[in-house]
Amino acid sequence: MSDTVAAEAALAAHAHHGELGFLRTYMFSTDHKMIGRQFLFLGLFMLLIGGTLAMMVRWELAWPETAVPGFNWIPEPYMYEGIIPPQTYNALFTMHATLMIFFVVMPIMVGAFGNFLIPLMIGTRDMAFPKLNMLSFWVGLVAGVVMLSSFLVPGGPAAAGWTSYAPLSARPQYTGVDWGQDLWILSLIILGASSLMGSINYITTIVNMRAPGMTYFRMPLTVWSLFITAILLLLALPVLTAALAMLLFDRAFGTSFFLPEGGGEPLLWQHMFWFFGHPEVYVLVLPAMGVTSDILSTFSRKPIFGYHAMAFSMIAIAFLSWIVWGHHMFVSGMNPLLGTAFMMTTMVIAVPSAIKTFNWLGTLWGGNIRFASPMLFALGFVSNFIIGGLSGIFMASTPVDIFIHDTYYIVAHFHYVVAGIIFALFAAVYYWFPKMFGRKMNEGLGKIHFVLTYIFFNGAFFPMHFLGVAGHMRRIYNPTQYEFLLPMQHWNVFITVSAFLLGASQFIFLYNFIVSLFAGKKAERNPWQANTLEWSAPTPPPHGNFEVQPVVYRGPYEYSSPEVEEDWLPQDRNLGTAAAARAH
Amino acid sequence: MLQWLPEDVSTFGQEIDSLFYLIYYITAVTFILVTVLMVVFLIKYRDQGGRRATYSHGNTTLEIIWTIIPAAILIVLAFMSASTWAKVKRHAPDSDFELQVTAKQFNWEVVYPGADRKFDTPDDVKFDNDLHVPVNKVVRVYLGSKDVIHSFYLPNLRLRQDAVPGRTILVWFEATKPGKYELPCSQLCGFGHSGMKGWLYVHTPEEYTKWAQENLAAKSQ
Repeated sequence: MSDTVAAEAALAAHAHHGELGFLRTYMFSTDHKMIGRQFLFLGLFMLLIGGTLAMMVRWELAWPETAVPGFNWIPEPYMYEGIIPPQTYNALFTMHATLMIFFVVMPIMVGAFGNFLIPLMIGTRDMAFPKLNMLSFWVGLVAGVVMLSSFLVPGGPAAAGWTSYAPLSARPQYTGVDWGQDLWILSLIILGASSLMGSINYITTIVNMRAPGMTYFRMPLTVWSLFITAILLLLALPVLTAALAMLLFDRAFGTSFFLPEGGGEPLLWQHMFWFFGHPEVYVLVLPAMGVTSDILSTFSRKPIFGYHAMAFSMIAIAFLSWIVWGHHMFVSGMNPLLGTAFMMTTMVIAVPSAIKTFNWLGTLWGGNIRFASPMLFALGFVSNFIIGGLSGIFMASTPVDIFIHDTYYIVAHFHYVVAGIIFALFAAVYYWFPKMFGRKMNEGLGKIHFVLTYIFFNGAFFPMHFLGVAGHMRRIYNPTQYEFLLPMQHWNVFITVSAFLLGASQFIFLYNFIVSLFAGKKAERNPWQANTLEWSAPTPPPHGNFEVQPVVYRGPYEYSSPEVEEDWLPQDRNLGTAAAARAH
Repeated sequence: MLQWLPEDVSTFGQEIDSLFYLIYYITAVTFILVTVLMVVFLIKYRDQGGRRATYSHGNTTLEIIWTIIPAAILIVLAFMSASTWAKVKRHAPDSDFELQVTAKQFNWEVVYPGADRKFDTPDDVKFDNDLHVPVNKVVRVYLGSKDVIHSFYLPNLRLRQDAVPGRTILVWFEATKPGKYELPCSQLCGFGHSGMKGWLYVHTPEEYTKWAQENLAAKSQ
């Protein structure tokens, strides 16, 4: 096949390249693996900041209007000798959500693992557009710097919520935030450009550069999930960018897209934001589902249950994600009849999610399960996703949503889904760390990290359902201002203590990550005895990835196949024509 | 968990709560079933050495079953929800008791139409944050906002509606028990969002007449 010849020629040509300098290797690298690592470090750094903001929010909710220990150095009017004023509180939860969604989950799940894994898993030497890939990271970093710089401008950072509903976000006098909100908008427009470059690259690479034999339905589900995610991003981001540009015009140039006094429509912002925002939720969760599927199969030593059902349910989720945005707007003043229609589509989108969960269970059934850290975290993701998926049904029902909309029930729900992604994220880090850095993480610390994270995660987020049932509004600064919430205040304290312990447990990970980076045990090529192509490459893979162009003979999940003695069968192992014929 | 629901004092609250309970039982049973299965599989199929996993790629019959059953349950839930939704949000009953509530940073402005039963006339009577209504009477509220989006939330009446600047939205409720109920704003509306709240006073008919004479009749002249 001409493809093979071209690929081999590219590999050979590449071998003649000389050594690259420090800058080209570590800073302005066009190697997808280095760009993946850069995204990982960016995301983990932002996780520290986003997590700290969450801790401050939790302090305020448990012990309202008391001084946060260790924060009395922040000057007035942002804090008053450690006491958080309402304005700062609004900025804290706004920036917590913004950082976690756009600068932690997206850079790590899509940026880091997408970059690192796609070329390795489909058996090619790099992304289709390596320079565009490098640009994607650097533009993303600029977006991050712009976002963080908003902490330093007068008036503080954006404080209109990560959803930035107009008119609150559209006029500086409504929030008292001037520069901060503008920088927030600019940062997300810049980040949108970064994600767009990334997604074009992912799609092009997956469509054109798969190794010989790597048909679409031999791709690992991780690649499938990133492929669908890239398509969603490509289609959703322009809508957000347009909405952000309109918002910026309303703020800076006196237009009235979202301002009724000038003939604008506040709900237009919500329609545009959620038309992006709901596919965005799946942008966040699909890669987590893909990674989880791969890890469950590897550590169950068993083929993934219902590979086609898994791929098609992701495709179904992707299509349906375009027609469910209105479920964020049931009580927004949108025509109630439209609410009924969006309830129907929302109920339907729960089905493919249910299918995925049942298939994960089917994968465990009859397996030979090994409880290594990646597996534990993948199981943790499934467990959280079950709770987050089921709690979604409550708010899909329009009448129930009247009561629980904008309460802690919603906060519980989306933290089980979106913050639950952190489990898939950790699973992926523990799983691919050896391939990424050539060393192993400490397995014992990994297990302790899992147990503590699992317990305190549930301690922090499960009781939020109780608060929601009691009617506890989200985004309030001081719950004790409300008589009907006073009997529930002890739950706020319980949640905060759990959240602090959850935060503290992450230092085990941080320690393990940093120490393993420099002093971990050297990793062999395929430490988990896994099938996918990245494990056939040297550890860590050199520039260009594979010694010879891999050829794919089978799907990615041939564990415990009767064709071979050992319980794994890599995608690129040639068993000879007789065996290959039997396999078909 | 559901014992924490605030006391329901509205005519449609019972229907909303029944749906809440129904979904709660369905999801609780599903949760227990799935979690027990998962734990059993994890224990039963753990690697004990010398065993080999079952080589299976799936089962089409199972896929069809676990697609159709959740789909059927969810669609039935959607249809059950649709009628309650229409009742609360689409078909407001007629009533001669009408109020205007206009939200602004960070108050509810409450307007009674006065003796002529018309708004925007000189005999209107205005209050800040407090609504007084008689029990067992349909109350129609014309909800608006002067600045940003707020949300009119009566937890005890299972009622919530965003107040959107530039439009007037009709909401209704009928309280079934006299008392004093909190009326928080539940949509982020700026630095004073937390603490933006009012009270709904539900009076017996006699009490309400007395209150109206003292506060409405006197002021509107």
